Amino acid sequence: MVNTKISLCGIEIDNPVIPASGTFGFGYEFAELYDINCLGTFSFKGTTKDPRFGNPTPRIAECASGMLNAVGLQNPGVEKVISEELPKLSQVFNKKVMANVSGFAVEDYVYTCEKLDKEEQVGWLEVNISCPNVHGGGMSFGTSAESAYEVTKAVKAATKKPVIIKLSPNVTDIAGIAAACENAGADGISMINTLMGMRINLKTKKPIIANKTGGYSGPAILPVAIRMVYQVYEAVKIPIVGMGGISTAEDVIEMMLAGATAVEVGAANLIEPYACKNIIDDLPRVMEKYGIKDLKDIIGGAH
Amino acid sequence: MKQTIFQIISNKNIAKDVYEMVLEGDTSGITPGQFVNLKLEGLYLRRPISVCDYSDKTLTLVYKVVGKGTEQMAKMNVGESVDVLTGLGNGYNSAKSGESPLLIGGGVGVPPMYALAKRLISEGKSVSVILGFNKAEEIFYEEEFKKLGAEVYVTTVDGSVGTKGFVTDAVGMVGDYTYVYTCGPEVMLKAVYNAIKTSGQFSFEERMGCGFGACMGCTCKTKYGNKRICKDGPVLEKEEIIW
Repeated sequence: MVNTKISLCGIEIDNPVIPASGTFGFGYEFAELYDINCLGTFSFKGTTKDPRFGNPTPRIAECASGMLNAVGLQNPGVEKVISEELPKLSQVFNKKVMANVSGFAVEDYVYTCEKLDKEEQVGWLEVNISCPNVHGGGMSFGTSAESAYEVTKAVKAATKKPVIIKLSPNVTDIAGIAAACENAGADGISMINTLMGMRINLKTKKPIIANKTGGYSGPAILPVAIRMVYQVYEAVKIPIVGMGGISTAEDVIEMMLAGATAVEVGAANLIEPYACKNIIDDLPRVMEKYGIKDLKDIIGGAH
Repeated sequence: MKQTIFQIISNKNIAKDVYEMVLEGDTSGITPGQFVNLKLEGLYLRRPISVCDYSDKTLTLVYKVVGKGTEQMAKMNVGESVDVLTGLGNGYNSAKSGESPLLIGGGVGVPPMYALAKRLISEGKSVSVILGFNKAEEIFYEEEFKKLGAEVYVTTVDGSVGTKGFVTDAVGMVGDYTYVYTCGPEVMLKAVYNAIKTSGQFSFEERMGCGFGACMGCTCKTKYGNKRICKDGPVLEKEEIIW
């Protein structure tokens, strides 16, 4: 028997596999397909203070081994998430959920986190300071150590729940930004958000995506994510949730060896709706193949 | 939604750049106006294709070669397996049709009209169909619709067959119709919207990520709120559409 249980910021979860925000909605589409209680947890759709329509369409473009998206944080706003989405979610998911939060000003993050802090279903707050697809907010907080510190400090004062800061790879020194978040009191780091990219339609000779740029995700970015998690593991002591192109149980183990305590699975859910279930089902086999008895033992094992 | 491995039992060219692929597998739960999402070798995103026809065991897809995905589909052989997500989207509601519905399909908007016509005729309704194409060599399924027992009108932009012009030029030739179902390019949908006297259902197209409502890649605004083309659509009611 192998052990897949891990502890993430003081909360034990059955396995380290977490569907990433924006690829799993509020869980219902997937709950029609399989019992989503098999997941470690999942990170729900990025939530903001006010409702957002998001960007114009097209929002999606294909790339080699991946895709671009520029959805732009479409969500019903935190009040509706609490009054409508969470009660519906409680019908299909009986574990703690990870609440993903975005904002356009420090006060927005604080407002949304204060609201979600009162929700018993919420285990962790994942604070996204790395959305590449909105203007005047989002990623701009995650591209300097100073603003990352400021958001983290303010959010930490607004909640007692563990705060995980989601970082952007579109920076020169991700380890420095992660260290600033740790100094501000962050309980964990999740990384990496998507890599900013663009595709151009040869027929129209214009960018495919209406927002022009989009975030690149999918298996193509796995090596970038592994490298960055490896670097950040050496710079901070708090746990890292690793993500970027994970599609198989082997990828989970590779990410954990780089330094991740848990992993998020994003784009794979969109292509293979059973992706997370398949990964979880396959983990024991792959662990045995590589002589791993307890997943906890391999965190940062590559260092 | 259901994930099924289908086997290709035929895949043939039926008009200029248009192919008909028949697959064998579990078709339970499919309704007219829905689409399926195909995983193709070497391409990351699945490819959404509207359902043209289905029986207990077979699924018929009629597609036009317009890019990498459909180019690849056109080269696939009988016997090959395809991983398909079926039962996607909110299809046409036949209950609203009245006695004599009018179906309007333009180009690759024609295929979804076929399963719908079949359904409506089986419900005892008197069905008229307008099929719009650019020119003679692009025409497909005219005979198939006739065989179902539908009254068929063909339009071509160059006038080589049927009425010269657009689908809307044939609307006046149809007698009293009680409701309209349509699918085609957005510019055609808008023209139909303005040309018809009754209510109706319109099927839209958008670039999709997942095809089952998870990624919010294909959201549009409607009078009834934000809708995902893949999950809440592709079929929208005339009354809710915002152009």
